Amino acid sequence: MSFKPVILWTDALIFLLVVIVLAFIWYVRDDEHLTAPWRRVGHSASGMSALTVLLVFITIGLLDTLHFRPALEHKNLQGEAVYSVEVLSVLDVLVTPLRTHVEKTYSAPLATHLYAKETIEMPDGSKIRAFSRLEFGGAHLQNPETEHLPDIGWRAALGFALGLFVWCILHVALCFIMAHRSGRRVARCFQSVWQRSTEIPWYAILITLAVISVFIGILSMLSTHYHVLGTDKVGQDVLYLSLKSIRIALIIGTLTTLIMLPFALLLGITAGYFRGWIDDVIQYIYTTLSSIPSVLLIAATVLMMQVYIETHPELFETIAARADLRLLFLCVILGITSWTSLCRLLRGETLKLREMEYIQAAHAFGVSHWRIISRHILPNVMYIVLIATVMDFSGLVLAEAVLSYVGVGVDPSMISFGTMINAARMEMAREPMVWWSLLAAFGFMLTLVLSANLFADAVQKALDPRVRTFTQNNDDPGADDNSNFTITTAHAAAKSAVPSLTSAPDIKPTRQP
Amino acid sequence: MSVLLEVDHLKTILHTGDSPVRAVDGLSLKIRKGETFALLGESGCGKSMTALSIMRLLPDSGEIQSGTIKLNGTDILQLPEASMRQIRGKLISMIFQEPMLNLNPVMTIAEQINEVLRHHFKLDKKTAQNRILELLNQVGIPDASQRMHEYSFQFSGGMKQRAMIAMALAGNPELLVADEPTTALDVTIQAQVLDLMRQIQQQQQMAILLITHDLGVVSEMAHQVAVMYAGEIVEQTSRENFFSQPAHPYSRQLFASLPEKQKRDQALAVISGTVPSLARKFTGCRFADRCNHATAYCHEHVPQWHTIAANHKVRCHLYDTAAEWVEKKPLSEITTGNTTTAKPHRIDKPLLQVTDLKVHFPIRKGFFKRIVGQVMAVDGVSLKISEGKTLALVGESGCGKTTVGKSILQLIEPTAGSVRYNDHELVDMQRQQLRQMRAQFQFVFQDPYSSLNPRMRIIDIIQEGMDALNIQIPASDIQATPLPSYSHVKAVDALLECVGLPKETKWRYPHEFSGGQRQRIAIARALAVNPRLLICDEPTSALDVSVQAQILNLLKSLQSDLGLAYLFITHNIAVVEYLADEIAVMYLGRIVEHGHIDEVIANPRHPYTQALLSAVPHITKESRPDMIKLKGDLPSPASPPAGCHFHPRCPHAMPVCRQSYPQASAISPTHITHCYLYSQEHCSTHHEH
Repeated sequence: MSFKPVILWTDALIFLLVVIVLAFIWYVRDDEHLTAPWRRVGHSASGMSALTVLLVFITIGLLDTLHFRPALEHKNLQGEAVYSVEVLSVLDVLVTPLRTHVEKTYSAPLATHLYAKETIEMPDGSKIRAFSRLEFGGAHLQNPETEHLPDIGWRAALGFALGLFVWCILHVALCFIMAHRSGRRVARCFQSVWQRSTEIPWYAILITLAVISVFIGILSMLSTHYHVLGTDKVGQDVLYLSLKSIRIALIIGTLTTLIMLPFALLLGITAGYFRGWIDDVIQYIYTTLSSIPSVLLIAATVLMMQVYIETHPELFETIAARADLRLLFLCVILGITSWTSLCRLLRGETLKLREMEYIQAAHAFGVSHWRIISRHILPNVMYIVLIATVMDFSGLVLAEAVLSYVGVGVDPSMISFGTMINAARMEMAREPMVWWSLLAAFGFMLTLVLSANLFADAVQKALDPRVRTFTQNNDDPGADDNSNFTITTAHAAAKSAVPSLTSAPDIKPTRQP
Repeated sequence: MSVLLEVDHLKTILHTGDSPVRAVDGLSLKIRKGETFALLGESGCGKSMTALSIMRLLPDSGEIQSGTIKLNGTDILQLPEASMRQIRGKLISMIFQEPMLNLNPVMTIAEQINEVLRHHFKLDKKTAQNRILELLNQVGIPDASQRMHEYSFQFSGGMKQRAMIAMALAGNPELLVADEPTTALDVTIQAQVLDLMRQIQQQQQMAILLITHDLGVVSEMAHQVAVMYAGEIVEQTSRENFFSQPAHPYSRQLFASLPEKQKRDQALAVISGTVPSLARKFTGCRFADRCNHATAYCHEHVPQWHTIAANHKVRCHLYDTAAEWVEKKPLSEITTGNTTTAKPHRIDKPLLQVTDLKVHFPIRKGFFKRIVGQVMAVDGVSLKISEGKTLALVGESGCGKTTVGKSILQLIEPTAGSVRYNDHELVDMQRQQLRQMRAQFQFVFQDPYSSLNPRMRIIDIIQEGMDALNIQIPASDIQATPLPSYSHVKAVDALLECVGLPKETKWRYPHEFSGGQRQRIAIARALAVNPRLLICDEPTSALDVSVQAQILNLLKSLQSDLGLAYLFITHNIAVVEYLADEIAVMYLGRIVEHGHIDEVIANPRHPYTQALLSAVPHITKESRPDMIKLKGDLPSPASPPAGCHFHPRCPHAMPVCRQSYPQASAISPTHITHCYLYSQEHCSTHHEH
């Protein structure tokens, strides 16, 4: 099947972000002083489990970011391939059964029948009102009443075994890699993992992985023949909706931060560093901005944007492109309204730093303002930026949900947690109640935000110089060497104090006449 | 006298990092009633942990592993926490180092003292108030009935420490643990507080465990002295013995490394290295690595106590009379390092001339930030520094000496006055022009921990100045090495060598160095741009005595080799006597006395200089001559007293002092003071005002 790759605006920005993160990792890797705090992140068991969960979410999000338009069967008059107006992602292809198995309307999780009675015309012409069979959910069962539960149980067990099997392969692969790296026997590595004596808490990661792989195994076995989380009003699979929502949540969480960072960094640091009227102006700007209700501001801009999109339909090739532009602008607006708190933090920290003696020493050398900001202040406030961005991430994911609920969030055609919750508003009022849509959105959001928060906690602990969470291995020779070295140099320093009197004339040539 | 406190083989460990830190390792001591027992040692040797162990107030990571602490015969380590609470404050109380951090800012002084009273005595409200008043009067807080209802931030530093003492005395303790009680205070205030502690001790027959690093304070206060090193006591004796015949090599080296006037023309003795980390295991004598009498035996065998005289014991193999194998060396001499030669050329051309420098900080209030007053931090200071000379600027904290230093460098913009460097006026110079001048004068900061950016490597720190000021490397270097950055690396190597650090250290980060090493790096950074004037703002006040000696030696040798001029800002008179050629005494933004070092130290004329010099604790074998006690504290520079600024505290104040500021009186051509006690007609400018 030929296809045409589509790069939406948000996709491009996500790729940019991935490149930046990879570049950062590559940069940090070479620098011992910079890697040390990140190693400490690796020592936290809860942080690493949270990171594992986050990585699963990020993988789903990235798969959903690779967009393309599949070619249609027929060709146009010139013999060129014609591409579908529907934009698909790699994730859509992977979960094709979920995407295409659309029922008529609501059905409960794992059900075989619809949730509402409808009038069915019997073969003999008579009409009865009954729960009709689903088109896809449990369609393979001849006799749902008796076969339903055993079938589910059997498939779940199979999925469980499959998940466990995959996990075992991962575990063995890990032990082999560790053995290869450390030059120890595989069994020894296996032992050290479960005796919790490894530097990185692999046992925690493996337990998390076990839970995740079992879950994925069960879901994948069941979802081919059932709607695991039910269907919504128009019969779409709720599991599919939830998976699609992950990308939107991640985009809102990360891109918004990316947009707000330059504002916060530039304005916060300049306000704190230069003080005087610059500080006054910036302070008045952010005080004013933070006193306007942000929902109002966001609603106004989103509506303006929408009007623009509606009046210029020729600018957009597909519906996805339209929705995507609206999403991007939502990120921009959220970013513009949310930089104030970080800006305030950075201003305060810079006010403190600019009085530090090393900044004054730099002034005494006549170092330019720009160099002082970039070499002295920025590296020393980076830890605040990092903590604040990770903390903001979860807040923004929740903000999207709230805004979509209010109706100023993402495009209605776009699947997001916000639109799911918004739809659930009506379903909660039904009798009998439709609860699964809301529950699915709740469960996914909780997992995502909780793991982001736990990871942020671990990062904060590791990067805060006041909290020391070192757990150093006794068989780690680096630490001991270091301390010995410090002692020997201290010794050498004092010893060479006297010879320095004689060696001092050596540097005389470096003095200017 | 009976023994009040008996500590026996106390072992306290701290569970921090990967291996436990043995902060106190087998410490034994006895304190008798009414006695002052001084525990002396450098930072990081376990003094404070000893005090906290006695109080049983160790941090959560601390643990008393073994030993007994007997107070009046009962082992307090066996007591439950509830009965311990009855002992704290009642039998033992404690004074901490930082009075600002140890008073609750949202409670009045009376409420805080009342907390102690309520816990230990059942007093009704009236008697409690009377008792508080009595305590505050006892510690000499003026106008106590009013001030007892004030908050701690309304008190000055000295007053806060008095209030702390009053609180400690509230339970009538038998033992007072004083952890560096005067380290955060100025000399004149320190003298007041020490005097107060002595008086109270005599009145109440209270025992004091005095923890300090200051030999001067020990000499003033102590009856018994114990020298602590790396978690254990290495020498214990009476004060007289200790100051006349210190026995342990460590004690002897401490004395030798003190800067004094008599040592002016020689380098100070240096204790090589630093206090060892208490996390490591010791096999022999803990001091062996730094001892200049150490033998191989010292490194392998732990020394035992040896009694060398009645009431004088020492933990050192040198005094082991039974052992024949110890190579006996004459103990009499301690290497003092090579002596520096007298300065070769004396040119009296002023390098820096400061005239009538004023720095006023506006006090702003209200919504529109109207200026409601001025803090006159520096109020008309004139100085002159000649090439290759050292001028010491002396004064108490808050008198504006650091502001003088920074405004000379134009780090703080002066309000008025002129700063001429080599006939270039620096005040109001354009930023670009000033930048070219910056290489000529540099600053060495007080705190070596905050003066180096923790996120930059040493090489980057030292190169920063060279890059910013485009310091040229001489042509000979560039020919050998085509890359300019490479020649910078060579220059950094040379600088590190010059301040006595190995070349390899340039790749490391500041946190890997000790305080003394950091100060060396800061000096290397300043030297990188080839300055001719170095302004040193208390460069040794954050350092231990032995490390201070290393830095002072370095500064002195740099001066004789490179001909640097120093403006040395300090409150430490001993350092001034050792290093300075001239001295200027500053009080509340103005210089009150200025002259050659010998003239001022030997014959101080201004009452403030006299008081300042007499308040410095001296290490003397006999009791000291009477001290001039100053009343009160330094007034606020926002509203200096009318007339002579010093008159409210001056013992010789006359009516004229309250009316106008005295003009300069010349005692000799080089010695000037501002005081009405001396005839004003020497000064020609007198009648102009």
